[in-house]
Formats: sequence, structure tokens, C-alpha cells
Amino acid sequence: MAALISIRGLKKAFGRFMVLHGIDLDIAEGEVVCVIGPSGSGKSTLIRCINHLEGFEKESSVTVDGVRVEQGAALAKVRAEVGMVFQSFNLFPHMTVLRNVMLAPMRVRGTPPAEAKRKALDLLARVGISEQADKFPSQLSGGQQQRVAIARALAMEPKVLLFDEPTSALDPEMVGEVLDAMRKLAGTGVTMIVVTHEMGFARQVADRVIFMDGGRIVEAGTPSDIFDSPREERTRGFLRAVLNH
Amino acid sequence: MNLINTFFNVKVLLDSLPQLLWGLAVTLQIGITSILCGLAGGLFLAVARLYSPPFCQFLIRTYVDVFRSIPLLVLLIVVYYALPFVGIRLSPFLSAVTSLSLVSAAYTAEIFRAGIEAIPHGQFEASAALGLSNRHTMVDVILPQAVRIVIPPLTNNCINVLKDTALASVVAMPDLLKQATQAQALAANPTPLIGAAIIYVMLLWPMVIVVGRLETIFSRGRR
Repeated sequence: MAALISIRGLKKAFGRFMVLHGIDLDIAEGEVVCVIGPSGSGKSTLIRCINHLEGFEKESSVTVDGVRVEQGAALAKVRAEVGMVFQSFNLFPHMTVLRNVMLAPMRVRGTPPAEAKRKALDLLARVGISEQADKFPSQLSGGQQQRVAIARALAMEPKVLLFDEPTSALDPEMVGEVLDAMRKLAGTGVTMIVVTHEMGFARQVADRVIFMDGGRIVEAGTPSDIFDSPREERTRGFLRAVLNH
Repeated sequence: MNLINTFFNVKVLLDSLPQLLWGLAVTLQIGITSILCGLAGGLFLAVARLYSPPFCQFLIRTYVDVFRSIPLLVLLIVVYYALPFVGIRLSPFLSAVTSLSLVSAAYTAEIFRAGIEAIPHGQFEASAALGLSNRHTMVDVILPQAVRIVIPPLTNNCINVLKDTALASVVAMPDLLKQATQAQALAANPTPLIGAAIIYVMLLWPMVIVVGRLETIFSRGRR
């Protein structure tokens, strides 16, 4: 199967500090990939490079569905195909939930308002918050806001969805509802790349788990490869630290 | 009774009232034109500064700094009395509007820049991730939020512009103040000046109140 996302020699530096040391990674259509690893290992930076929220070295290459991700006229098009859910939701606070979900399809795809609305209500129902459609984000709980953010990303019918620690800013009792929504989504065949600290979710939902440390992919494999029989000492050390507490 | 006859002479006031109202009309013309030009110019400068190459950013910053430091009266005199020497001859009205707009644009640019910078970076990132163009990001996401933040300082600026229109009397513009001083000379009584002062207050006070209301309405839905 041809890769939907292809990353070759991805290097990224903040000043003189190398965050990513030449990452190679292919992601197939429909695949759910979870990226785990300690803070500062470069996992968020990695997925932020896929839609060029972070720039990267010129010799690196990232392609989404065959289109090179780089600064320029084509970038907005690539971004329209790559949905993203942020740790801090980043909903538009001055718009209702419904408007949040309708905006991008109307502006980027030129979807007529009536159709955008119908689709948005559909998506909100899918993530279980259709009753909140006319509220403003500030009137919702964190878990509800994050589910709106997922609906907003889905409204563009992206080829791939990136999740950047989607549950890290949530109160513990809200984590479950967001993970449930993501789990349902994974079941529908959407391509997903999820940076997460939720090991249970990764084990249960991922087709492939990638462990990163120090700006490199240390180990990648099926959830049982990584969680049950990790080959690398660093993977074992990390899993010991996060699982035994 | 001397005080009242001198400063609050009803007959003099009524006689000069039509003249004062003509002046008010001129003041409003200068003020509103300058406010609109200043708003458009300032918004353009603020957004251009965000997206333009470094050299243009430097030019804009220089413009903003220079026009915020030059006294308006000096600028007005330069525009009206000095520019004709290089062949640019502006009418009193255009001189006043030009000077006021140039200065107001500089202040407005700073106000909008501060407002845009106050919007969390995540709003830009979320817009970019959705594939929104720079224009849509500004028009749909950033500016509606920034406007709420900048309404109070923007209003102060508008009020300042309206008050500064009084300087136009220096270039023989028959604005409210100029009409008042002429009426004062004619009647040999300063009551028209007091009348002008009252008109200025009556004009600006409601603006302050209306804007306070707007702020409350706009703050709906804020996080």
C-alpha cells in the first residue's frame, strides 16, 4: 500500500538544539498510529511538522498524499487535508459551537451555509454534543470543548487527523469521554496520528505504536510488540516509569 | 450678575447659536472623515506589519513612531504652510483631515497591533491547521476577537481626534472653535466660547457611554 504520509530525513532545530534528528516514517491510509515518549522527545514537534505548523530543515521531506509540505501557495491546501486537534482545544471563543464547526468548510471548501450546517450538526451528534450547538465554547466543559474540536477538524473531511496530546489539559474525569470519541473515530477507518500519554488507549486502539526519545524513533511496532516485549532498554525504562505508578 | 452676563449671556448665546451649529457641522465633517481614514489606515498598517517582509515592517514601525511623536499642531502647520513650497497645496479642510488622519492612523496601528498580539497563538495555529487563508484568519478569527479588546483604547483615540479638530481653526477652518471665537469677537462677549465647550461635551459624553454599552455586548461569549 502506498504511504499516505511519507517523512524522510526530517530534521528540526530550535536554535542550536536539535529536536528531530532525521526521522523516517511512512503512514498508510486508515492506519492509527500512537506516538509515545518522554516530554521533550520531539513527538509533538514531529506531528506539527506534518502540517508545517513547525518549519523544518530544507533537505528534509514530508509529503501528504504525494504533495510536498512546504511554505508556499500549496500549503493551505495540504493543511485543509490534515486535521489537527490541539492540547488546549483552540476553539474560536467568539463563535458558537456550530459556527466553529461550519467556518472552515464554508471558507476553505466553499460549502454552502445550509449544507455546512447540516454536516456540522451531524458531526456534533457523532461526538455526542448536538444539544450544545448554540452555546459558546466557554460555556462547555473541557471534555466537551475537545469533542467540538474533533468535530471541527472532521468537518474538513481530512485525509488524516493529528492529535497533539488531546487529553493532557483535561480534568481526569473528562479524559474518558474524549478517548471514547477518538476510539469511535478510529473504528471508522480515519487515518490518525495521536501523540499521547494514555498508554491504555495506545495499546487498545493503535495499529502501530512509535516510541520516541531524544528526537529519534527508538522503536516502532504493534502495541503488543512495544508494551509486552520492548526490545530497547530506553523503551523498557520509559514504560516502567509510566506504567508503575 | 456680572459673571452670568459675561459668560452665560443667553441672548448672545442664542444669537451665536446658528453660527456655532455650522461650526459643529464642520467639526463633525473633519472629525468623522479623519476617524474613518485613521481607522482604515491604522488597520492596514497593523495587518501589513504582521505579514510584510522585514524591510516594510521597519518602514511601518518608523512611520508609527514618527507620527506618534510629532505634535499635531506642528504637523498641521507644516502641511498647510510648508507643503505649498514643494508644490503641494491643500485646502484647510484637506490639511486638517490629512494631519489628523496621519496621526490617528499611527495610534490606531499601535492599538490594533496590541489587540492582535493579545490573541493567543493557538488561534492562529488552529486557523492555519484548518487551511484558512491569512485573510480569512484575520477577518473571521483574529480581528473579531481583537476588536473587542481594542474598543476602549480605540474610542479614546476617536474622542481625541474629535477634540483635536479644534486645532483646525489655526488653518482658518470654520470649525466649532473658530466660529465660537469669531462670534465672541463679534459680540464682545465670551459666552459663545462657553457654548462651544458645552457642545463639545454634549457631543463626546454620549460617545463614552455608548461605547461602554458596546463593550458589555461584545464581551458576550468571551472565555
